[in-house]
Amino acid sequence: MNRNLILGLFLSSLVLLAALVSFVWTPFPHTTMNIPQKLQTPNMVHWFGTDHFGRDIFSMIMVGARTSIAVALVAVGIGMAIGVPLGLLAAARRGGWTDEIIMRANDLVFAFPSLVIAILITAVFGAGAINAIIAIGIFNIPVFARITRGAALSLWEREFILAARVAGKSGARISLEHILPNVMNLLIVQGTIQFSLGILAEAGLSYVGLGAQPPTPSWGRMLADAQTMVSFAPHLALIPGMAIILTVLGLNLMGDGLRDLLDPRLRVRRS
Amino acid sequence: MLRYSLKRLLSLIISLTVASVLIFMVIEVAPGDPASYMLGMNAQPDTVAALRAELGLDVSKAERYFNWASAMLTGDFGTSYTYRTPVSKMIGERMWVSLPLALYALTLSTLIAFPAGIYAAARRGKAGDVVVMGATQLGVAIPNFWFAMMMVLIFAINLRWFGAGGFAGWDKGFWTGIHSLTLPAISLALPQGAILARVMRSALLDIMGEDFMRTARAKGLSRRQALWRHGLRNAMIPVLTIIGLQFSFLLAGSIIIEQVFYLPGLGRLVFQAISARDLIVVESVVMLLVFAVIMVNFLVDLAYAFVDPRLRSRT
Repeated sequence: MNRNLILGLFLSSLVLLAALVSFVWTPFPHTTMNIPQKLQTPNMVHWFGTDHFGRDIFSMIMVGARTSIAVALVAVGIGMAIGVPLGLLAAARRGGWTDEIIMRANDLVFAFPSLVIAILITAVFGAGAINAIIAIGIFNIPVFARITRGAALSLWEREFILAARVAGKSGARISLEHILPNVMNLLIVQGTIQFSLGILAEAGLSYVGLGAQPPTPSWGRMLADAQTMVSFAPHLALIPGMAIILTVLGLNLMGDGLRDLLDPRLRVRRS
Repeated sequence: MLRYSLKRLLSLIISLTVASVLIFMVIEVAPGDPASYMLGMNAQPDTVAALRAELGLDVSKAERYFNWASAMLTGDFGTSYTYRTPVSKMIGERMWVSLPLALYALTLSTLIAFPAGIYAAARRGKAGDVVVMGATQLGVAIPNFWFAMMMVLIFAINLRWFGAGGFAGWDKGFWTGIHSLTLPAISLALPQGAILARVMRSALLDIMGEDFMRTARAKGLSRRQALWRHGLRNAMIPVLTIIGLQFSFLLAGSIIIEQVFYLPGLGRLVFQAISARDLIVVESVVMLLVFAVIMVNFLVDLAYAFVDPRLRSRT
């Protein structure tokens, strides 16, 4: 195992662990206000300090990890569940009008950055974590469709696929039984990258008020709340920021590490 | 080249049409009656009726779309319900903040990425490469709005080199305007620069494995000379594509950064419009952003074919 993968796995597991533990235990209830204890810097009682309502930041970070992970994970799920079948279908019908329509539709969705989709949805249906998931999820669809189609196209030219075709298997069966398992590694790596981008996107959307709404804790909104207090309580901004950075860094390192592990050809070419 | 350009142009027109239909559907069809939505639950029926007439909601949806789209082609985006001002005028004023900000950030990210990417590629596997790649890995992971807050804390609050927010305006002079946009532009440029540096490095490394680079080395050029004379030009193709794509991300990213610095750009306009339920403004700004992305992609496609003639014959 390479160093990237180990460090990435370590950081990601740490965040996942914090999120899971927060279901059963946090040092303090994350919504309990305690005004006399407000704006404390990190100390032995409040490890990450307290915010302007006296809430324990460590507990909020733990619960916030849940929001980030849930939003990003479901968004990747949506992207994969719709994008991968579309990519497989486009590759199976390569050169035909189905392929053309799927790919042009992908280009079109690509023209709507997730922030713009979120703005559209929020303007009409109001803000919330679900809308953030939909916005990031929609943006993920063309990413997975493209990468699946690209990898599947070269597989369709290979001998073992030809053998399956000679054996009389249908396009759908070949896609499921032979193409999909062979693009799985690529999808896992891309999934990790999209997951980290999802964490960043969720933080950005919550920061501008288009994501999770109070009282659901979210790293992005903690940063938005911290903005006016950054001059006298910088820890309010530093800590959620570090949480986001370490999570994204962990996932990116894990993605790089997995790519090297799952696709040794790339490792030889790049090193 | 002409056939290729015409084909791309047709695809551009189709994309813009479908995108505008989608936006129209979400904004004007999904909420049911936009007039009641904009005025809220407690609105008087005659107020709703007046707004319905003003928005031209009495005709069929298809006719409404046609009226909206054809007016937009002449530069008429309708009138903002909240401000009672033509939306085109509002967008025009805000554009002078958002567009220069995106361009400024694009310039900075290119200025950071080129030397970093070239340096890392030239020192592949050595300490310099590891340091640059580690820094870009970190750059990609930092949320730009958080970085922006840290910049405000250091350079505006502590060192007082820049203002903490707001925009002085271009009428105070070019450099004053640039000065107000510097911290926002750096914040936007950092993650994009990190991505671009990685693309630059990997494009150069791919090129270095090519036969023509071996030939260049064989005829006596040093590694560095071969890189500068032959490698860089060939690595530019993927790099230029990424720069083009980044522009649209920068324009969208500037919406968030404008919130940090209280800049009166398109971002603030659209968020004010969302809270005021001014759907006309939201619809126009979103259409404009999507138009910008599709247009930039179209130009990148053309530039790509111009640089690499093989693509013209393929499509």
